[in-house]
Amino acid sequence: MNKHLLSAADLSRDDAVAILDTAAELSRVTDRAVKKLPTLRGRTVVNLFFEDSTRTRISFEAAAKRLSADVITFSAKGSSVSKGESLKDTALTLEAMGADAVIVRHGASGAPHRLAHSGWIDGVVVNAGDGTHEHPTQALLDAYTLRHHLAGGTGALEGRRVVIVGDVLHSRVARSNVLLLHTLGAEVTLVAPPTLMPVGVDTWPCTVSYDLDEALPGADAVMMLRVQAERMNAAYFPTSNEYSRRYGLDVRRAGLLAHDGIVLHPGPMNRGMEITAEVADGPRSVIVEQVTNGVHVRMAVLYLLLGAAEVDTAVAHEEAGE
Amino acid sequence: MTTILRNVRPYGEDAVDITWSDGVITEISPAGDPREDAAGAAVIDGHGAVVLPGLVDLHTHLREPGREDAETIASGSAAAALGGFTAVHAMANTTPVADTAGVVEMVWRRGVEAGYCDVHPVGAVTVGLQGERLAELGAMADSAARVRIFSDDGVCVSDPVLMRRALEYVKAFDGVIAQHAQDPRLTEGAQMNEGALSGVLGLRGWPAVAEESIIARDVLLAEHVGSRVHICHLSTSGSVDIVRWAKARGIDVSAEVTPHHLILTEDLARTYDPLFKVNPPLRRAEDVGAVRAGLADGTIDVVATDHAPHAREDKDCEWAAGAFGMLGLETALSVVIETMVLTGALDWRGVADRMSVRPAHIARLADQGRPLAVGEPATLVVVDPEATWQVDAARSPSRSANSPFAQRDMRGRVLHTVLRGRPTVIEGVLVSEGAGA
Repeated sequence: MNKHLLSAADLSRDDAVAILDTAAELSRVTDRAVKKLPTLRGRTVVNLFFEDSTRTRISFEAAAKRLSADVITFSAKGSSVSKGESLKDTALTLEAMGADAVIVRHGASGAPHRLAHSGWIDGVVVNAGDGTHEHPTQALLDAYTLRHHLAGGTGALEGRRVVIVGDVLHSRVARSNVLLLHTLGAEVTLVAPPTLMPVGVDTWPCTVSYDLDEALPGADAVMMLRVQAERMNAAYFPTSNEYSRRYGLDVRRAGLLAHDGIVLHPGPMNRGMEITAEVADGPRSVIVEQVTNGVHVRMAVLYLLLGAAEVDTAVAHEEAGE
Repeated sequence: MTTILRNVRPYGEDAVDITWSDGVITEISPAGDPREDAAGAAVIDGHGAVVLPGLVDLHTHLREPGREDAETIASGSAAAALGGFTAVHAMANTTPVADTAGVVEMVWRRGVEAGYCDVHPVGAVTVGLQGERLAELGAMADSAARVRIFSDDGVCVSDPVLMRRALEYVKAFDGVIAQHAQDPRLTEGAQMNEGALSGVLGLRGWPAVAEESIIARDVLLAEHVGSRVHICHLSTSGSVDIVRWAKARGIDVSAEVTPHHLILTEDLARTYDPLFKVNPPLRRAEDVGAVRAGLADGTIDVVATDHAPHAREDKDCEWAAGAFGMLGLETALSVVIETMVLTGALDWRGVADRMSVRPAHIARLADQGRPLAVGEPATLVVVDPEATWQVDAARSPSRSANSPFAQRDMRGRVLHTVLRGRPTVIEGVLVSEGAGA
């Protein structure tokens, strides 16, 4: 596995399956009365959030704490892009504090990549969502959830059909999911109005459709992306009503899925916009489960990235005769 | 005083000795011919290298006044001399904007004081580059700086009526509008060339059509009002096609390409390092091929550096926060040698034409871009095309270090630069003495 987790493309199929398997093992910890493992005792994990994202932040916090790491949360909202302290100075500060891992959420695409490659810090960098680029741990938790329901909780997702619907253009979740689900052998279809598809989407490892009713029948899962109603002001679509009619998931459309097909949403949801309340709260919905799985998957990522580093260091010391 | 430049090859042809006196070439004789009046003359060894007329840059950001931390007229013009330039055109997007006779005269005067090359200010087309009303173009043209090129570079004159009026108005003094072709609405928040890669990297796309649509509009406007128009830093294959079409139609359009668009591609955005963030953005390999072909066949008239110094903190950050622009004065000739000469696309006369003769003509500079001939100004550059070198910010007079060519072997080294008989660079080293003369 790479030192950092910046993109879902960093993960080979074996890496991804290893993370999911580890997450499954770690999930058993949460069944115990004492939900902690000593694995990362003495290690410092920094949550560096330049953007508000309560759910992702607390998910990483919970993951690090259950592995006994020391967790520092650095909420630097407003520091991004030419306001306040620079990314570099923030990074140097964290480095001076001895961060072993930096989990970074940033409004600028590529900011975690810059942190990892600029030489500003030595620690492991985990991308917790960067601009309109990627959100690899979201894709991992989605894959975990899909595997649990569609593949008996083991192996990959060979041949499973997943439909991802919504604002693909601005979605880091969609980018990471297309890459990871493809790596795991799933067949992904993206559905959105053409205005919300990126130029060049035809080169992505997935199929593209503008018609939700055509894409859904027989699919094993559908993932609805958050769509901001304000997008209509930039002429991405005429009105939120028209968007909902053409691309929203209601009970009728959910019924087009395969018999045991499931409904995912990375949250936060716009109920009534991309998904109706009946579907969000209905029997096919695994949306709340995704949140639980997020903690396990993030534990697995920290465990494998930091744990592996620890082993490497120990070996290096041994070889150096220390 | 008489100076003899020994053993140089004009346009790469047979070796000669060039003699000048009082800034004017007095004799060109086969290399090594004995000279009766050579006694007492200063001698410069040309090492058998290529000699061309001094280079002329139509597009330079010198940052003074306003951002002297990034570059000054003195530091930038010194870098220009090291790059073989004997004239540069300082863009108007300074603080304050060069939109009055007062500011352009100040820039002009500072260039003379520095003495490394001729510094011709470019005047803003609109007041404060705001795109709302015309600046006093006539006052700048009539000033001591004798401005002939006007540009809102950095922003596009996007209002078609304002552009039409500007094109018409400058005819009175043979001026030209240099358009930064970028439709503002199509490029809001844009970060890199729009295509498959921008989609993957999640960086807001900058479509080629945003450049091409403005060029198409402006060549048609120029045709309609019978004016000439110059296109700054053309970067796409489609732009080359439009300019080629316009020239075939007889429209008086000229165009420039930057060295970086001749050699670098959008793939560098994968690093997310703002060192490679530039306006217009780096494009696809197909576009690089098209601008090279356009430069070779003359569709593109000029290589212009768009030298854009930036303070370190404006590049030492995440991509979206980084400033647009890269250095170019010291590396331009090397890039042209690598991409055009070594590939056989241009011979040395072609290089002289695109980097000296045509830019001087577009800017209406009477004593630049002249042939290497008796009676012409001794304004020239000697370049060793075989030498290789590496960019070293510590050795550069530029106050900024944002060259995209760090660690790359550059081909062709400027040995000497001479401005009207006075060396500004000798053996690759800036001549400080004599500056300001």
